[in-house]
Amino acid sequence: MTTVYVPRDSGALALGAERVAQLIEAHAARCGIPVKLVRNGSRGLYWLEPLVEVATAAGRIGYGPVRPDDVAGLFDAGFLEGKAHPLCRGSVDEIPYFKNQERLTFSRVGVTDPVSLDDYLALGGYRGLRRALDMAPEAIVAEVTDSGLRGRGGAAFPTGIKWRTVLETAAAQKYIVCNADEGDSGTFSDRMVMEGDPFLLIEGMTIAGLAVGATQGYIYLRVEYPHAHDTLHQAIAAAYRAGYLGRDVLGSGRKFDLEVRLGAGAYVCGEETSLLESLEGKRGLVRFKPPLPAIRGLFGKPTVVNNVISLATVPIILDQGAAFYRDFGQGRSRGTLPIQLAGNIRRPGLVEKAFGITLRELLYDFGGGSASGRPIRAVQVGGPLGAYLPESQFDTPIDYEAFSAIGAVLGHGGVVVFDDRVDMAKMARYGMEFCAIESCGKCTPCRIGSTRGVEVIDKIIAGVEREKNLALLRDLCDTLLHGSLCALGGMTPYPVLSALNHFPEDFGAERSAGAVSPN
Amino acid sequence: MRQTVWDRHAVAEVIEEQKHLPGALLPILHGIQNRIGFVPADSVPLIAEALNLSRAEVHGVISFYHYFRTTPPGRHTIRVCRAESCQAMQSEALESHIRERLGIDYHETTGDGTYSLEPVYCLGNCAASPSIMIDRAVYGRLNPERFDEILNEFGKDTP
Repeated sequence: MTTVYVPRDSGALALGAERVAQLIEAHAARCGIPVKLVRNGSRGLYWLEPLVEVATAAGRIGYGPVRPDDVAGLFDAGFLEGKAHPLCRGSVDEIPYFKNQERLTFSRVGVTDPVSLDDYLALGGYRGLRRALDMAPEAIVAEVTDSGLRGRGGAAFPTGIKWRTVLETAAAQKYIVCNADEGDSGTFSDRMVMEGDPFLLIEGMTIAGLAVGATQGYIYLRVEYPHAHDTLHQAIAAAYRAGYLGRDVLGSGRKFDLEVRLGAGAYVCGEETSLLESLEGKRGLVRFKPPLPAIRGLFGKPTVVNNVISLATVPIILDQGAAFYRDFGQGRSRGTLPIQLAGNIRRPGLVEKAFGITLRELLYDFGGGSASGRPIRAVQVGGPLGAYLPESQFDTPIDYEAFSAIGAVLGHGGVVVFDDRVDMAKMARYGMEFCAIESCGKCTPCRIGSTRGVEVIDKIIAGVEREKNLALLRDLCDTLLHGSLCALGGMTPYPVLSALNHFPEDFGAERSAGAVSPN
Repeated sequence: MRQTVWDRHAVAEVIEEQKHLPGALLPILHGIQNRIGFVPADSVPLIAEALNLSRAEVHGVISFYHYFRTTPPGRHTIRVCRAESCQAMQSEALESHIRERLGIDYHETTGDGTYSLEPVYCLGNCAASPSIMIDRAVYGRLNPERFDEILNEFGKDTP
């Protein structure tokens, strides 16, 4: 019996993996060849998706990208024995893009059947929880603090410090809330974990519950991720059945319940206080801080709100120890960051690397340059609220402080690449437009400023009183930056001003209104 | 207000099933939209009563979230990603093509009731941009030709 892997990751499905899986099964059945088909997560080598893997004596041999009409040819070539074929990529573990990563959080993603608890346990799963069950809450929090882990959602706040606040706030009920509202363009690492290794998130949240004394967890998942919803449901049900969730976690007498709740297409609900309002069944209006959610969060109770990747990194920290994790990275950026290469790039995908790798290495050594073959002109790092970086900044290392020093952010680790056809004034306009569409409306700078911003940029593009309007745009950005209630309004100036500062020529050209853009 | 026929029983069932949850409003709205495709305006009083909220509060929540709709959708909903990663891969040309091919703009439904068109800001499929979603299925590395092929496949299933 040969084991064949065809990913169930929605990124692979979007490229035809379901049909490929069906055809492999059908072909094998027709020819009487015994094949065990495993639907794994994605390895994150998306330019090779659908990436079909075959388990052989020489390891897992990959073929990709496999289209439905390649399947018969693969059988003819003997792919079940790992034989040669134009799509053969050799041992997947040896593909440089994969081999040169440091996969700590993503160690199982793409390797295992995501909804198989046995697979999870066989590759070190739930070792972190078992260790945590023997530790005092303070010790668990200390372990996470010592690891240097900072919030991977984008704010980079030290996770252990947040947990300590919740631990030290006395309350009859506390909550663990996972922010799975991954709305930044260019990001998909949360989705990959939820679709590719959901037990990892469940384990991380359970450990967080033990650490701070919370008995109820919620995963706030964006509605755009139906496949992640399915895998989470299956994994949570399996965890309950096996005693990893519920009234008596692994016979410890400790309780932890977990539920998935769906968002409804509001980007701002990725902001933690807006998310809490939404979970409470309200409009996702941002709350004033203080009080911090760690003190008064969901339903007014102390609440840990952490991103998927932050929580999914906790199990390895508990399993291998704080020092193991802290030894990766540099400066105050410890451990690894799952970086997502997206947009116009030849080899898009997930690259988990220790902090310190430069943007240039990511773009060219991993990414292989632009997909179009044209020069890379600008890169937006950190989602729609992140700055655009020009070529002169590509040597910046992936490091929170290094990015901050150049007026940029790492955010959730998304890297979106644009070639030389991009019109940066148009991207700046889009930044303002996005803010206007997604503003929760609570604070004036964001609600009104974003709409005025679109208008002002339109005037600049049209060449109407350009100098005056450029000054007005900068003034408006200043108001947004300093006067907004949350990061949506507060950081919209990052893409806008970085586009203006690094690519002023795109704002200065004398163009008539309605001129066709180079795109 | 235009009255639409909808399944009152289904709505009552969803409300009954979910109203005991903490923060029940979003689960109820999702439940209703899953069952009948939209959240009818005249279901608002039923929801408000069950959750002890004002109608204004319920309406305010429905209108806040882009995903909830108050009119019946087409048989298939096409969501087109408009975010940066897709823009970097020429999604604007794709958007124009889709609008032209369907003959509708965003937030509209084709005259024969087959397709509704919605913008979306990221489908998390940025490693295969540009992307769209039709019902629950995501399609990546799309171009106008591939879109037409997909639409033709859908056309075969449409009565």
